[in-house]
Amino acid sequence: MKVIYTDSLVIGGGLAGLRVAIASMQRGYDTIVLSLMPAKRSHSAAAQGGMQASLGASIKGEGDNEEVHFEDTVKGSDWGCDQDVARMFVNTAPKAIRQLTAWGVPWSRVKKGDRQVVINGKKVTITEKSDAHGLITSRDFGGTKKWRTCFTSDGTGHTMLYAMDNKAIELGIPVHERKEAIALIHEDGVCCGAVVRDLVTGELMAYVAKATTVATGGYGRLYAVTTNAVISEGIGSAIALETGVATLGNMEAVQFHPTAIVPVGILTTEGCRGDGGLLLDKDGHRFMPDYEPGKKELASRDVVARRMTEHMRKGKGVPSRYGDHLWLDITLLGKDHINKNLREVKEICEYFLGIDPVKEYIPVRPTQHYSMGGIKTKPTGESPNLKGLFSVGEGACWDMHGFNRLGGNSVAETVVAGMIVGEYVADHCAATSLNINTKLIEKFVKREESKLINLLNRDTGENPFKLKKEMQEIMMDKVGIFRNQADLETAVEELKVLNQRAKNIAIRNRISSSNPELVEAYRVPKMIKLAQCVAYGAMLRTESRGAHAREDFPERNDRDWLKRTLTSWPSEDMDLPEVSYEELDIMKMEMPPGSRGYGVDNTIHHPDTEKRVAQINEIRSANPDADRFEIQELLNPIEIPEKFKGKNERLGRGFK
Amino acid sequence: MSDQERTLKFHILRYNPQLNGDTPEMKTYEVVEAPGMTIFIALNEIRENQDPSLQFDFICRAGICGSCGMVINGAPDLACRTLTSKFPDGEITLLPLPGFELIGDLSVNTGKFMRQMSERVESWIHDKYADNVDLCRLEERMDPDTADEIYELERCVECGCCISACATKRMRDGFLSAVGFMRIARYSLDPRDKRSDSDFYEIIGDDDGVFGCMTLLGCQDYCPKDLPHQTQIAYLRRKMALVK
Repeated sequence: MKVIYTDSLVIGGGLAGLRVAIASMQRGYDTIVLSLMPAKRSHSAAAQGGMQASLGASIKGEGDNEEVHFEDTVKGSDWGCDQDVARMFVNTAPKAIRQLTAWGVPWSRVKKGDRQVVINGKKVTITEKSDAHGLITSRDFGGTKKWRTCFTSDGTGHTMLYAMDNKAIELGIPVHERKEAIALIHEDGVCCGAVVRDLVTGELMAYVAKATTVATGGYGRLYAVTTNAVISEGIGSAIALETGVATLGNMEAVQFHPTAIVPVGILTTEGCRGDGGLLLDKDGHRFMPDYEPGKKELASRDVVARRMTEHMRKGKGVPSRYGDHLWLDITLLGKDHINKNLREVKEICEYFLGIDPVKEYIPVRPTQHYSMGGIKTKPTGESPNLKGLFSVGEGACWDMHGFNRLGGNSVAETVVAGMIVGEYVADHCAATSLNINTKLIEKFVKREESKLINLLNRDTGENPFKLKKEMQEIMMDKVGIFRNQADLETAVEELKVLNQRAKNIAIRNRISSSNPELVEAYRVPKMIKLAQCVAYGAMLRTESRGAHAREDFPERNDRDWLKRTLTSWPSEDMDLPEVSYEELDIMKMEMPPGSRGYGVDNTIHHPDTEKRVAQINEIRSANPDADRFEIQELLNPIEIPEKFKGKNERLGRGFK
Repeated sequence: MSDQERTLKFHILRYNPQLNGDTPEMKTYEVVEAPGMTIFIALNEIRENQDPSLQFDFICRAGICGSCGMVINGAPDLACRTLTSKFPDGEITLLPLPGFELIGDLSVNTGKFMRQMSERVESWIHDKYADNVDLCRLEERMDPDTADEIYELERCVECGCCISACATKRMRDGFLSAVGFMRIARYSLDPRDKRSDSDFYEIIGDDDGVFGCMTLLGCQDYCPKDLPHQTQIAYLRRKMALVK
């Protein structure tokens, strides 16, 4: 049995995982990254439009700061996020982006003087200040008060990932490619590594570590149509669930992006609308202002996606052989702008649709895009139930997004959380010594080995590809953008049946080395379990919050549902996850629940909300001279690793 | 896109080096074409319905990640964004990218090659102060046009098509190739990287470097991202020739 020891094992080579590995290495700990493929191919590369950080250098970002970013993020989350974490995030984001600048990201920069932009369908000239020339610029995105989304054309994720992976290469961090973690090794509430399968040779081995960080991204592929990469199957979250100890948070919180192309579901960035693109219906009518007179096309994603669906249900969609869709019109932005700032979008349109977006409208419709749920962690990134297990990025429920993530906050989370959690991982490595019995390692490797042997030996049974398709259809049809009790109940029942059938998978290609069917065979049962967590959580949550929209319970119900869903799977024999809830304490919130300022406000308020508002007003009036930093400290003191505590400088304002 | 249904014929190289005694052979699979079908869709259909052992790599399936380079009817390209409607006779031959270690069928190990390339050209910002930057302060300014130009050269997705299209690489195993030259060009343009031309000369100033290029420019012809290989190779050569 091959056993590999390290201090900090990172599962997943995207932005978040690499950042944790870098932090571990820089603090002097041995680290190994496991990746299904070369790290630079991770789904982080697909982030197009940008990263939010309140630098405020562009004229349209003027006045931006951590407070404004915090408010936008909390409103975006529909008050479902952990405000401590959102705070850690907004305060650290400017540092993360500045670090990436030093590491080589060629962020688009402010150019002094006049430039023409499109705002609300009209051409407008804005003038950038000369003292901002050469600083990182930003564009508008949905649900933000300021232009805060920093970008590199529309290849932001690509340039961030390349800079990050290059940094990891500089530091000599080994990335073990084509290796898949298929189970976590743990005992008595402590995680000490993973059972890993070599996807080429089929060899099983154990990686043993003081800290194990799961950074495997989202679970978009539970759905039939998604913008996500084919590897975004949630396997990292699933192996945490299968420990029976670690919990997953808010799995029912699944985001649909308004503008993926029809039919293949490839994303066109929110930057299209941020830069002035419009949504049109079959009559060429710009319908978003009818529903959202304030933010129009730039309300938060959950709201825009629902409005689009609502509008199509009224018969205003454009019929096609793939069902109805709407149009995204970026023709008004002009050729130069599209060629420079939306070139990936242009390539996608040319190759997959055979159209030129400079002249033609893009067929779009809301499509699964982001998983707010994931492995539940503390603000340090560690699982509250399983010591030594950390999680970061989309695969985690660190919980800065609550029930809806703002565009530009996801790549931002990967690098900011990677930075912060990376420090806590290193602290953990410093404070922990590994005390592990090789019998335990053997037990886990043997267990996985026998599962694989069973799969290889079974003569007849279920086809894993078919099971996956059935699951994806159920999720698509019944656990989608609008949800209701009847559909969700059916979904929960149907998924239960799939779970049973998945215990009897048989494969045709019965070899243990490189074998895509075998991979499918061991992943699909894991995916079905995750799907059950999503569907069951959605069925139980009888309210609407952020991306979780119940037709039968349209109100956001703070009184009964201001809480985080936690799912676990304590025993293999269970055919449903165990669900519990964790209250969000309003009395500790820096920003008590209120109206988002877009979408429909029909909130059923919690009695504490009024109390907390009064309390905050008292604190504010008792401290009339306190600046925003002191107020934050009074309202909600939070912990941030020492090295990231400093105030952030901004143009024309210094450190204020 | 045509509405008329036709049957496509995929001729695919099959070989699994993991299996003792396996020998390379071409196998043909028939697939009924669907509107908007890409090679990504077709290969998955073959795997799911006809031959579950078929190996290939796709990740983003949107032309962004660079995983799916393969030789399609003689030309290296990204399979995910290649529409089957592009081939009027419906005959599509697929081979793995040459120049890389074969994993199986259409899957090759570009990762190992690219990591070595990155280590060889030291594909990172060389600035001893980079790790001591005060993250609280305003970032270093950069000319906006320079930033745009760097991005132009950084659009490489390491798909490996340039390697497979390179005759020099075929004759000279240690040849750095276009992907490496582009990376050097990107860093030499970046004011944050403090390396001088003579530092770069150490990396590419020989026949395994930029002077070995026979200027056949398959890289330019087949780069899926239309990167300016020709210009950059010429430019680097000129620059390197001037290094004393």
